[in-house]
Amino acid sequence: MQKVVAGAMVSAVAVFAGHATAEPVKFEYWYGLSGHLGDVVQQTCDRFNASQDEFEIVCVGQDGYANAVQNTIAAFRADQHPTVVQAYDAGTADLMMSGEFYPAYKLMEDFNVDVDWDNYFPGIADYYASSKGEMFSMPFNSSTPVMYFNEEKLAAAGVETPPATWEAFDGMLHQLAGAGEECPFAYAPSTWIDLEQFSMAHNVPIATQNNGYDGLDAELVYNTTLHVKHMENIKGWIDDGLAEIRTNQSGLNARDSFAAGQCAIYFGSIASHATVHAQAADGLQWDVAMIPIYEGTERHNTVVGGASLWVLSGKESDEYRGAAAYLQFLATPESEEFWSSNTGYIPVTKTGFANLESKGFYNDAPYQGREIALQSLTYTEPGPLTRGIRLGGFIQIRQEWVNEVQAALIGKKSMQEALDTAAERGNTVLRKFERTYRGKQLP
Amino acid sequence: MRRAYFKDNRIAYLLVAPQLLIIFVFFYWPTGEALFWAFTLEQPWGGGNEWVGLDNLNAVLSDGRYWNAVVVSVIFALASTALAMGMALILAIFADRQLRGYKFYRIGMIWPYAIAAPAVGLAFRFVFNPDAGIMSYLNTISADVWNPTLNGTHALIMIVVAGAWKQVAYNFIFFLAGLQSIPKSITEAGAMDGASVLRRVRDLQLPLLAPTFFFLLVINITDSFTDSFGIVDVMTQGGPARATDLLVYKIYTDGFKGLDYSGAAAQSIILMSLVILLTVFQFRYIERRVHYTG
Repeated sequence: MQKVVAGAMVSAVAVFAGHATAEPVKFEYWYGLSGHLGDVVQQTCDRFNASQDEFEIVCVGQDGYANAVQNTIAAFRADQHPTVVQAYDAGTADLMMSGEFYPAYKLMEDFNVDVDWDNYFPGIADYYASSKGEMFSMPFNSSTPVMYFNEEKLAAAGVETPPATWEAFDGMLHQLAGAGEECPFAYAPSTWIDLEQFSMAHNVPIATQNNGYDGLDAELVYNTTLHVKHMENIKGWIDDGLAEIRTNQSGLNARDSFAAGQCAIYFGSIASHATVHAQAADGLQWDVAMIPIYEGTERHNTVVGGASLWVLSGKESDEYRGAAAYLQFLATPESEEFWSSNTGYIPVTKTGFANLESKGFYNDAPYQGREIALQSLTYTEPGPLTRGIRLGGFIQIRQEWVNEVQAALIGKKSMQEALDTAAERGNTVLRKFERTYRGKQLP
Repeated sequence: MRRAYFKDNRIAYLLVAPQLLIIFVFFYWPTGEALFWAFTLEQPWGGGNEWVGLDNLNAVLSDGRYWNAVVVSVIFALASTALAMGMALILAIFADRQLRGYKFYRIGMIWPYAIAAPAVGLAFRFVFNPDAGIMSYLNTISADVWNPTLNGTHALIMIVVAGAWKQVAYNFIFFLAGLQSIPKSITEAGAMDGASVLRRVRDLQLPLLAPTFFFLLVINITDSFTDSFGIVDVMTQGGPARATDLLVYKIYTDGFKGLDYSGAAAQSIILMSLVILLTVFQFRYIERRVHYTG
């Protein structure tokens, strides 16, 4: 509530300031990233404002993705919403069904901004596009998970190359433990990595109807796929002392445990590449690799995580022109380079990536290794099961999974039981979502 | 006593109006809205809702997770209230007996109440951290003696202590004021008759504190149902495996994180009724045993 009030006050200030000086056209942008990443977002705004004098973007940090969406909804209902909002991947279906947005492809068309939509990596574009392939929001901060490993610890245990399969991963954990490593694998339950990206990389479904893309009547099926075996393996590793649960609540989270040199392996977003680099203990030798797959399966592409920029409905034409200009500004190779070099996020366009590659961006530390994320994203052309996830109430579905997996990890129930319950409860969420939007179709 | 009154009631209404307006805008209006949402399926971004009657309430009441949250909340309310009031009472008795340094404690004990719940949570997260905090010394005895990240009971104990700590200060002020308003002659008379300190506390001070005790009981229980959000959000986020998923936190996660406004509204209505019922119950049955001195 306080944030909403603060947001309203900021907008009120913006309105008064707008009256004082007739131009430039002001419009608001609310973003969810916080800390260092939030500062970089603010810098993109400053750069945009400095690059032209027709528009002025007012960027307001909302301290977290969830807050950004919540506050925007509250503001929207009071008609105080920003023109542009940064919304996370998992909220895509919710926003699409709301219909309260100006589709990015249409915005760019209406304001005569030429965008080569094919220039976007398909693993990123498909996540934010309608069933017809039209982009509804602009990809912004984009990442995909990778395996972070401590080179020295692996070498000390006699592991030559980072494991490409989960079988080799299992062997490596035993080798690490055998070599006296106290925390071979820092684990934190993550639907994004353990369920979503895992299922993409193995081309197995999370839900029917092609993960929800083909209809609101999709049902979760992850409790019947390879995912179950994987989660059972993770539980086995924890029970055998090969993996340790590391979360914020337990002190150091998995990433910080890895950066401090306490644990040999952790899985995380490529966006953490910069953070790990900044936090790494002195002399820590580390690198990243694609997430492993199981033997006998074929590797597929992973998909994007992060957030995209949505332009909301109910604004003036001038503000929309400003929003279009800002989105166009973000898509320039210079902006992509600024964004990627100051954060761990990857460029979202092929030219942006080619530009960085030609400059030798990925050849040396600290950026070396980040190209692994793009390899993972573009490993295969996205198919029906690897386009992304289009499920309503997905935040709740994720929460059900986390709660049940936690219950299984502390031994309250078997992993199969836990995943069955989580899927069943997730389906209840999906049915409620379907009913809330009865008679409507996914765009 | 002669009562002051206005000759013209309109002035009275005018004077009360701003206050009523504030209460209406910040309490009755949102409550009314929530009541309406509880019986509809509300689209998060607006744009339509469907009347579904009692479906939302049925869904909530037939959900095992909801009842889990009820149980957790009741345990939390009783435990943190007992702990907060017990601690506060002991401290107040000490301060009232003017033990050494009581002047400092009289002021110092009030400070915790001024600390925001998330800050309390953050501080206690450090204290109870199984790897680095003060409680981590327990783990040097044997691994996992204390592990609130995996052990639901530990996590619940943790938020009870944090919640109680914050409430101790408030209770302390009231208990101390209550104790000091007891005429000294009564306790002195007891002392002359040879009653020990504990005996005087039990037979004289506690009975005379009954009104304060009752007031604090109502406030503490109500508060622990509705004002525990910050601590849970910072310390456990309802985990592990929903062991600390209080009713008020579940409303937040379902409504704001999950955008299930209708389900959250239904839960709010139930929670509100629960707190009202509880308060009525306390006034009806416990207050009978309280004697106000007048």
